[in-house]
Amino acid sequence: MNASFFSQYGGEIAELTVEHLWLTAASMLFAALLAVPVGIWLTRAPQWAKPVIAIANILETIPSLAMFGFLLPLPWLGERAARIAVVALTAYALLPILRNTYAGIRGIDPAILEVARALGLTGTQRLFKVELPLAASFILAGLRTATVTCVGIATIAAAVGAGGLGELIFRGVASVDNRLVLAGAVPAALLALAADGLLGLAERGLRTPTQ
Amino acid sequence: MPAAIEFRNLSYAIQGGRLILDDISLAVEEGSTTVILGRSGSGKSTLLRTVNRLIEPTSGTVLVRGKQTDTSELIALRRGIGYVIQETGLFPHFTVERNVGLVLEAAGRPRAERAQRSRVLLTAVGLDPDQFARRHPHQLSGGQRQRVGLARALAAEPEILLMDEPFGALDPLTRAEMQDMLRALLTRLRKTVLLVTHDLDEALYLGDRIVLLHEGRIVAHLAPEEFLRSPQPEVENYVRAFHRGERGAARERQP
Repeated sequence: MNASFFSQYGGEIAELTVEHLWLTAASMLFAALLAVPVGIWLTRAPQWAKPVIAIANILETIPSLAMFGFLLPLPWLGERAARIAVVALTAYALLPILRNTYAGIRGIDPAILEVARALGLTGTQRLFKVELPLAASFILAGLRTATVTCVGIATIAAAVGAGGLGELIFRGVASVDNRLVLAGAVPAALLALAADGLLGLAERGLRTPTQ
Repeated sequence: MPAAIEFRNLSYAIQGGRLILDDISLAVEEGSTTVILGRSGSGKSTLLRTVNRLIEPTSGTVLVRGKQTDTSELIALRRGIGYVIQETGLFPHFTVERNVGLVLEAAGRPRAERAQRSRVLLTAVGLDPDQFARRHPHQLSGGQRQRVGLARALAAEPEILLMDEPFGALDPLTRAEMQDMLRALLTRLRKTVLLVTHDLDEALYLGDRIVLLHEGRIVAHLAPEEFLRSPQPEVENYVRAFHRGERGAARERQP
């Protein structure tokens, strides 16, 4: 790779990186908005935990190319490739967030929850003052796993024309140009590392102080 | 004047029908300390937890200041009753000050009032607020944690205090210090206390009345001085088991 390569593709790489970031971030937001409340609900109705987590598990096993293919013919979604990408990435992100929300709250020392009840905290107060803060680092760890996975999967979204760094990779493969493949793959890997590092930092910050 | 706490024919059965509490009737006088004594599994903690409805009895009723608890508003009932448990009860993510003020926070009282009340209570349980208010529970010793737990239970000025083996996890010296502190505090504050323990020494030192539970039934309800002299076999067994060490040591000295 040389200077002329960057002068030719630099702008495009930057643009696609932003697009990639946007696709992933939007998906994580939707996934968290869906999976955290469902995870909380499951701790209140644990008889549903197994079936619901099983469904999220099945979503996770669908090969990503197939998932994008399935969504393509759907009415509203098929009109814009970015919609397909966000829906698919959201689906993949559900499991880790859901599982960690559920496990994080279920893992809280029952004596602490009992004291919270005994002191006269209402259900909402217990959730926001005790359960969520104590489970926060777990939930964030789930979000972190989901983000790192989805940064990778988002490269495949280019197959249905959703853009992102995958576009450079697909073009590189088609034209047998390794420089283009790397121009997509390297920024994608760096994004994943950065997300992992930042969310890891936040996770440590939220961890409950102990011995 | 109605009793501060009254149990009327209270029973509690777990799944499978085994009775944990079997027809308990007991009145706890206002301003007195009643100790519930008994071996593990005798139903002590269960009985205590029916008062603030952490456990709902299978039959019978509990009255708090003459009012049936099952028709009282649950949150208000609980805020009017202090609750202290062994060891793990503090919220690890809150500072000492916030732990102590949490009941007031839940009731929507202003921050300044909570901070002020925390300082007063920490001082009352023998902790210097300047030194301890900003710490987290993991930075405290076992005895200090129990002091904070007690301060928290007193925050909303409840008339009733439920204590479930509050000093059970402490070494004997720290436990003695805590018992002294609690006794002095109770003389000053006149709370109605229901205290669960399996430690006879603690029961004799703190209790105005001692209730002995055995397999879910009340087998004795006595003043401390009567307890040691009681000819009842269950009471005698308990007293004898407790003084074994003394007798053992005495035997060794006279061969």
